[in-house]
This record gives sequence, structure tokens and C-alpha cells, in this order.
Amino acid sequence: MSKLEINDLHVTVDTEDGPKEILKGVTLTINDGETHAIMGPNGSGKSTLAYSIAGHPKYTITGGTVTLDGQDVLSLSVDERARAGLFLAMQYPVEVPGVSVSNFLRTAKTAIDGEAPKLRTWVKDVNAALEQLNLDPSFGTRNVNEGFSGGEKKRHEIAQLELLDPKVAVLDETDSGLDIDALKTVSEGVNRFRAREGKGVLLITHYTRILRYIEPDFVHVFVDGKVAESGGKELADQLEANGYDKYVNAVTA
Amino acid sequence: MTVTTDSVRSALELAPEHDHVDSHLHPEGSFDVADHEVPTGREEIWRFTPLKRLKGLHADAEFMRSATTSTWNTQEGVRVEGVSGDEARGLRGISGLVPNTRWAARVLAEVPSTLLIDVPADTEVAEPIVVDLDGTDAGVTEAGHVAMRFGRHSKAIVVLNHTGSSTVAAVVEIAVGDGADVTVVSIQDWADDAVHLSHHQARVGRDATYKHAAISFGGDLVRMDANVTYDGPGGSAELLGLYFADAGQHIEHRIFADHTAPRTKSHAVYKGALQGEKAHTVWVGNVLIRKVAEGIETYEENRNLVLTDGCRADSIPNLEIETGEIEGAGHASATARFDDTQLFYLQSRGISEKEAQRLVVHGFFNDLIRQVGVPSIEERLLTTVEAELAKNVLKDLGSLAAFGQDDNAPHDVLGSSRSAPSADNAAGTPR
Repeated sequence: MSKLEINDLHVTVDTEDGPKEILKGVTLTINDGETHAIMGPNGSGKSTLAYSIAGHPKYTITGGTVTLDGQDVLSLSVDERARAGLFLAMQYPVEVPGVSVSNFLRTAKTAIDGEAPKLRTWVKDVNAALEQLNLDPSFGTRNVNEGFSGGEKKRHEIAQLELLDPKVAVLDETDSGLDIDALKTVSEGVNRFRAREGKGVLLITHYTRILRYIEPDFVHVFVDGKVAESGGKELADQLEANGYDKYVNAVTA
Repeated sequence: MTVTTDSVRSALELAPEHDHVDSHLHPEGSFDVADHEVPTGREEIWRFTPLKRLKGLHADAEFMRSATTSTWNTQEGVRVEGVSGDEARGLRGISGLVPNTRWAARVLAEVPSTLLIDVPADTEVAEPIVVDLDGTDAGVTEAGHVAMRFGRHSKAIVVLNHTGSSTVAAVVEIAVGDGADVTVVSIQDWADDAVHLSHHQARVGRDATYKHAAISFGGDLVRMDANVTYDGPGGSAELLGLYFADAGQHIEHRIFADHTAPRTKSHAVYKGALQGEKAHTVWVGNVLIRKVAEGIETYEENRNLVLTDGCRADSIPNLEIETGEIEGAGHASATARFDDTQLFYLQSRGISEKEAQRLVVHGFFNDLIRQVGVPSIEERLLTTVEAELAKNVLKDLGSLAAFGQDDNAPHDVLGSSRSAPSADNAAGTPR
């Protein structure tokens, strides 16, 4: 089972002029096995939503709740959230010099599971995950995200998703900067994850392109820190044809 | 900050008529002790060193009968031996060293014997030559001279391993023959009360490859000057350093790559971590490119990771250039706390804060340990880094909470650092 409930979430960031509200009451429920796409223009707060769920210290929660299967997520530390079953695929994965991918993956898996993975099956799993994402087995010896191409970084994020096997995955613009082949590879990885029982996905994107490969159950238009409209995947087609203008104009009018 | 060749050229045009600038990189050396004043601490080369803690080594402390035991392994074809008399005297200055300090002049004038490591020409030594120097009494002030002679086209690794309690002034001279491939590692794993003042001077032959690694963990005060000159074109020097300073420790590393020949290379990487009240590290990277040294390449880099409050890291790259005809010259210096974005990334994968910090520190040193390239000591260095971390970072996580959402969390730790996080040339750069 996996149910992520976001209820009236308000989030601020500190700026030179004092706190600025970015999320202005986000309410969203991802039920067992559902994939939700969040689409919106630049600066609408999509990434803030992703990072707030993951617990980035830059963001201050000023109101609302986030629960995973009834458990209060906001009271947990960043690593506790991950161990509770949340995963954030980042738009800009961070370089960790001197730490190899294989060491990183093993350390993360051990932390998530509470015990070290069995060596034989683990090596096999890692190699399979890398291969499916068109990453060479020697990838494991490279330092985390150091010198990776944009595509390699994103594929590495999805390899982690498959290996760490969370309950709910938040994908923050995983499609940005990918060519069509890489986009397909990454989408296949996400779809393999979705095919597992009861996995929730929150797919944050600026473009409709990725929705051709990852078909969402619901689409939400995100404008000015909250959900402006929700619908089925046909909503994405409307956005493709008409853009965000009508929503943005409604806010500024 | 990186100095590119172009900016160097334009800077040169400002003072074209001088052969060289008057600076501490052009000392008048002398073997005569009387030519050197006792330093006051205001001199450029002494300004960071707490002279009071040197127990007189910089001045006129008596060099007593040694309380340090020296042992070494034997390798086929290599002579390692304490020598005295005329042979010892003949080894003074084999690296081209002409003392520029009173203490180094005194060491060369007064020590009765020299530890000679002699690798004949064309000899390749498969295993590292390891010399263990174990101090037994920090109350005894003593001096030492080590002379390493590597013949033409020889290949060898020498490890000087310092442990125990000692108060020692040591001059280490290294003569690297033409075409030789030499690695010298000096590990300072002293007890807490040790005082160690050392000068490592290397002369790198034509087309020779020289690697020097300075690794300092222990001691009350450790200062090492690792200098290089070149005996012909094509020589290459890699100067590596790893240090970890705890509360109250003063660890000072200075390097000097004196490009005295054309088409020579120097590449320096020093990395340090600091933890605890009054942990103080100093890195001064001096590079001089002489007029004759056309077509050279140099790069020097110092990175410091500040793990707790109350530490101080000084980092000063100096580059002095007398010719515009160079391949490349640059430097970088950065002193910072833990990178929040790295910790967030690791924690978002379920890794605890403590484990994330451990990974980051290991990662910080890992590449450097690999660069040292002596597999038999890699494991030991990793273990020592781990033991250093256990003293502080892994024990007292409360004071290190990098993230805090509520007002009670000590997130101000990040803001109150003496050094601006991640800023290039932070913390005590040229003043």
C-alpha cells in the first residue's frame, strides 16, 4: 500500500526581503498505484513542492500536512523520509567527489533496508539496473555524478529508483535536457517501477513530451503555488495545444 | 581563482625591466649558522608558526643525543645506513640545499651522522623502502639529516614513518637522478606532544619523475617545507599533502616549486580537514618560474574541510613569474564546511546524516590517497582518517547538524563559520 496525501501545504523560502510564500495551499492525494503528472510554467513552485516533500532545509513549512500511509512526513528528517518510502529523483543531481557509485548505492540500499543486501544478488541487481538504463557496468567505479553527462545523471537517478524501490517516487523534471533516446530509456525505467504493485509516482514536468511515454492517471496544472486545475490525461493535450496562458492570465488578472 | 597564461602575460608587462622581484622566494642561503638571525616570528616564512611551541628548535636549542629509534626494511640492491664522518659531511647539500634558515644551517653543521638511502643507477626497487622513526621522549630536542640518492633511471618508493614522542628538527635531502622515477612519502603520525620541524629539499634530474607526499595527523606542532628544484629540462614533480588537525594542533605545510629549468612541471594538491577548538592548519604554496624556465607547467591546489567551529585554516598560494613563455600556471584554494547539497543528496537516499558526513570526508581524501599510489599504506591512511573522524564528527553530531528546520536546531553553525562556505580563496588568504 502507498498513499501520499498532501493537504493545504504552505511553504516559504527566506529571501533578502524576508520570507516569501511559494506554495499557497497545495492539496493532492496519490492513491495506491497512481501516477500523477504536475505541469506548470517556470516559477510556479513545482520544484518547491518536490523538495518540500523530500525535506530540503531551504524550505519552511508554514502550514498543512503531508502523510505517507497515514504517517506524518513533515516531522521526519530527510533520511527518515527516504526510509519511510519516499524517493526524489532530482533535476540537478549532486556530485559527491571520491564516493563511487557502487559504494553509494550499497550504502543507500543498506540504509533503506536496515541491513546490507546479500552480496551476490546485489551485484547482479545493480548490473541489471545499470544495463537496462544503458549504463556501462564500469559506471559503478565512477564517482557519484562527477563528470556525468546530463543524460547519465538522469539515468543514474532512475537506476536508484529501481534499486531502492520506494513506495512513492517524486520525479522532478527528470525529462529536462534529455534527447529522445535517453527520454525513452528513462521512461522505460519509470514504467518498470510503476508496474510493481502499488507504487505511486508524482511526475513533475514542464513539457508534455514525457507523457507520451509515461501515461499519467491524473494531470494537474500548477500555477502560482497551487493546483489550478485537475483532470485526466486529456488535460495534457489541451496544455500542449493552448499552453499555460489562460491559467497565468487568470492569476495576474 | 585560476591564473591563466594570458593574464600572467599582461601582468608581466607591468615590470619588464626587472630580472626578478625581491621576495621571500629569493633568499640568500648560507651554510654558516652565524649568517642566520634567530627568527622573531615576524618574518614572512615564520609568521604563522607559533615559535613558542617549537621548544627552541628554530633558535639554539641543544641538539641532544637522539631518543628516536630508527629501523628499516632491506631491499635488494639498496643501501640504507647511518653514516658519519667524511661520508656524512659529503652528503650535506646533495639536493642543492643551501640553508635559508638558522635551524637548517644548524642541523647540517651539527648532526654527527646522516641516514643514507642509496639507490644505484638503473635499479628498480619493487617494494617500498620503509624507514620507521619512533620517538621515545618529547623532552629531548634533537636533529636529524636524511640523504636519499637515486641514481639515473632508478625507480623506488621511500616511506618515512614518524611515530611516538619527539622534538625534532630534520633536514631531508633528495637527489633524483636523470630519468629516475621516485616517490617519497613522509607520514607524521606522532603522539600528541611531538614537535616536528622539517625541510625536505629535492633536486629533480633531467626527465625525472618525482612524487612527494606529506601526510600529517599527529603532533602538537608539525611544520614541513617541501621544496623542489630542477637539475635539467623535462623534470616533473607532484607534491601531495593530506592533513587532519585536531583541537590545539598546529599543522603547517609549505611547498616551493622553484622552476629552475625549462619544460619542467609541478603539480601540487594538498587537502586537509580540521576539527576541534584551535585546530590550526597552514598551507603556503610557493611557485617561482625563473626566466630560464620557459615552457613549464604548474598547478597548485589546496582544499580544506572545516568540520567544527573554532578551527582556523590559512591557505596562501603564491605564484611568481619571470618569463611569459609558459605552458600553464594556475592555482586554486578553497576552505569550506560540509557541502549541504551533498549531504541532502545522500540523506535523500536514506543515508543518515552521520553516515553521509563520513562518506563525504572519505570521498574528500580518497582520490588523494589513491594518487599517493602506494597500495601498502592506502589501507592504513583510510583507517587513520576513520579514527580521526571517530574523535569528533561521528561522536558529536549534535554540534554538526547541518540542517535544522526548527529554531532550536543549531543551523547557525553553518553561518558562523570563519570561512565563507565554498568561497574560493576563503579563510585567511593573502592578508
